[in-house]
Amino acid sequence: MAIRDRLSGNEAVAVAMKQVNPDVVAAFPITPSTEIPQYFSSFVADGKVDTEFVPVESEHSAMSACIGAQAAGARTMTATSANGLALMWEMLYIAASCKLPIALSVVNRALSGPINIHNDHSDSMGARDSGWVQLYGETNQEAYDNLIQAVKIGEHPDVLLPVMNCYDGFITSHAVENIELIEDEKVKAFVGDYKPEHYLNDKENPIAVGPLDLQNHYFEHKRQQAESMMKAKKVILEVAEEFEKLTGRKYGLFEEYKMEDAEVAIVVINSTAGTAKYVVDQLREKGVKAGLIKIRVYRPFPVDEITAALSKCKAIAVMDKADSFNAAGGPLFTDITSALYGRVDGIKVINYIYGLGGRDVRTDDIAFVYDALLEIVKTGEIKSVYNYLGVRE
Amino acid sequence: MAYNLKQEAKKPERFTGGHRMCAGCGAPVVSRTVLRALKPEDHAVVGAATGCMEVSTFLYPYTAWKDSFIHSAFENVAATISGAEAAYVAMKRKGKLPADGETKFIAFGGDGGTYDIGLQSLSGAMERGHDMVYVCYDNGAYMNTGIQRSSATPKYADTTTSPAGSVIPGKSQYRKDLTLIMANHRLPYVAQTAPIGNFRDLHQKAEKALYTKGACFLNVLAPCPRGWRYDTPKLMDISKLAVETCIWPLYEVENGKVTVNYKPKNKLPVEEYLKPQGRFRHLFKKGNEHMIAEIQAEIDSRWEELLMLAGEK
Ligand SMILES: Cc1ncc(C[n+]2csc(CCOP(=O)(O)OP(=O)(O)O)c2C)c(N)n1
Repeated sequence: MAIRDRLSGNEAVAVAMKQVNPDVVAAFPITPSTEIPQYFSSFVADGKVDTEFVPVESEHSAMSACIGAQAAGARTMTATSANGLALMWEMLYIAASCKLPIALSVVNRALSGPINIHNDHSDSMGARDSGWVQLYGETNQEAYDNLIQAVKIGEHPDVLLPVMNCYDGFITSHAVENIELIEDEKVKAFVGDYKPEHYLNDKENPIAVGPLDLQNHYFEHKRQQAESMMKAKKVILEVAEEFEKLTGRKYGLFEEYKMEDAEVAIVVINSTAGTAKYVVDQLREKGVKAGLIKIRVYRPFPVDEITAALSKCKAIAVMDKADSFNAAGGPLFTDITSALYGRVDGIKVINYIYGLGGRDVRTDDIAFVYDALLEIVKTGEIKSVYNYLGVRE
Repeated sequence: MAYNLKQEAKKPERFTGGHRMCAGCGAPVVSRTVLRALKPEDHAVVGAATGCMEVSTFLYPYTAWKDSFIHSAFENVAATISGAEAAYVAMKRKGKLPADGETKFIAFGGDGGTYDIGLQSLSGAMERGHDMVYVCYDNGAYMNTGIQRSSATPKYADTTTSPAGSVIPGKSQYRKDLTLIMANHRLPYVAQTAPIGNFRDLHQKAEKALYTKGACFLNVLAPCPRGWRYDTPKLMDISKLAVETCIWPLYEVENGKVTVNYKPKNKLPVEEYLKPQGRFRHLFKKGNEHMIAEIQAEIDSRWEELLMLAGEK
């Protein structure tokens, strides 16, 4: 029987870590992810896990220690936010290129500067091309479920890539909500034992990791990395299926909300989906064919599936909680439009940058976006592609 | 058993030939001698910071390391190896590794990767007390990128970012005393050594560091023929001169107790050390005598200070 509880997102993630009982956790505090190493170190102190907890002196060292630990044969986890993730940047790429399935919970927070502790997605969006699988979750439940699945996805022999479990700072990390936990034994059985094929601590079969890799080999190694990312999509879906059998909770590459006959839709990531679904319901009551797509898997990007899901819409607004400062649109917008290009024609797509630095996103804001889409459908005209929502100008 | 180089040299090499380090470089001598101090039955996980040693010993698909080896980046070999050691502790505890035999964790870094960009990672790993040995091979500059100054570069040395110009005569600052900084971390074992003579000092210190539980640190002089500009066959002479002039004293610090391991009977004047090295050539121009005198005064005062710390003064 599943265990009903009321937990914050960070507590839920810490509980998932406790249930997985990794070999090594190396972490450094930063709001709003700090509670994770706090909760976890209390599990260590109370003997509830037999993990080696490494309280490093920086996030750069956190990721470096995770790399050393995972390469040595340990199942390894960490957590961070914003500047902490930025400080890991160099090592994120190295973790991925070493094919080390580290699980990292990213509690999304606005990246400095100016310094700000509240939620947006500028931290993990900056790491989107680092070679990590990126999962995003709307609620405490999803953050918990995604972390457990992340272990299995990353460690799959066809993947062997590190995985980020991203969810919104404060909104999801600190708000207490109902949650269904899985029994400890079931989590253990689901993730299984970590049995790497090659590892540093295997004294009978010593290995060397992290070579100087020049013109003759680097390119092939990068190709292999790309191959793993391509294969990850299938594995993510298989793991989701197995997870559904265990829990009844269904996960895919993204969630479609009232999309069957939607004419106008927004595409969104994380907690704002909750607010937006409420607006969709209200519009539906008025007879408006509104729908929503919430991204779960951002890397690998589900190009074909997203295109299929959006193909019958007349107008779409892509919502980005991060700007990419290319003066043309946010990262999700760029990915969605390039997915559509050449696959389906004639859909009008606009972009809204919203909620930066934790600016509140109210139902009125979302309703405003749907109104703009309906206007585009009516007139057939886009006034502006790249827009900021709810900013004082 | 007393140290015997002939005996030691009979052990199978754990750091093999065929690597691409320059002729006359001190660093491979350091790594080979350190690894020779391992008990043959023990396994090692070796890490190296980005630098000459790493790029010349593990060029895909070849490795010179018979033990397990990891390189991840420049500034973090201490953190990387600390993670591998944490993995070992956890895996042993959980019964995931065979109970017999030991694995030793060794990190190698150049002075750039140790004194400068890697100092934080080093300090953190040592403070946390991982059971590991950090070995700095100190060649006194960033050699891999073409001889740029580091905080280990001696004063007045000519490097590519502290060039001896017509106005500024080489590096303007004295070197950082990293060995004492590490000693002040109150580690179980810290030592300064150099590959000289029959390598007894380096071997014994490596052995002590490897088989003392906890985080241990070795600072090892590793001359660089390209950066220091000496004739390659002079490698051993240069190291010896560094010790005989007391520019590089041999000493160790065990749980806070300082022991000077070698006191030259006749401390040689620093010119003897400076003269064979092209990086100090400008000091021997007429009118620059005061610079050599200044270096001598600094060496003397640091040597006196060390003797005092050791309770010998
Ligand atoms: C973050 C980062 N900055 C700079 C470099 C470039 N780099 C590679 S090795 C090196 C110098 C290494 O010097 P040192 O640690 O003294 O070792 P040596 O090359 O002398 O053996 C530098 C600057 C790098 N690889 N990574």
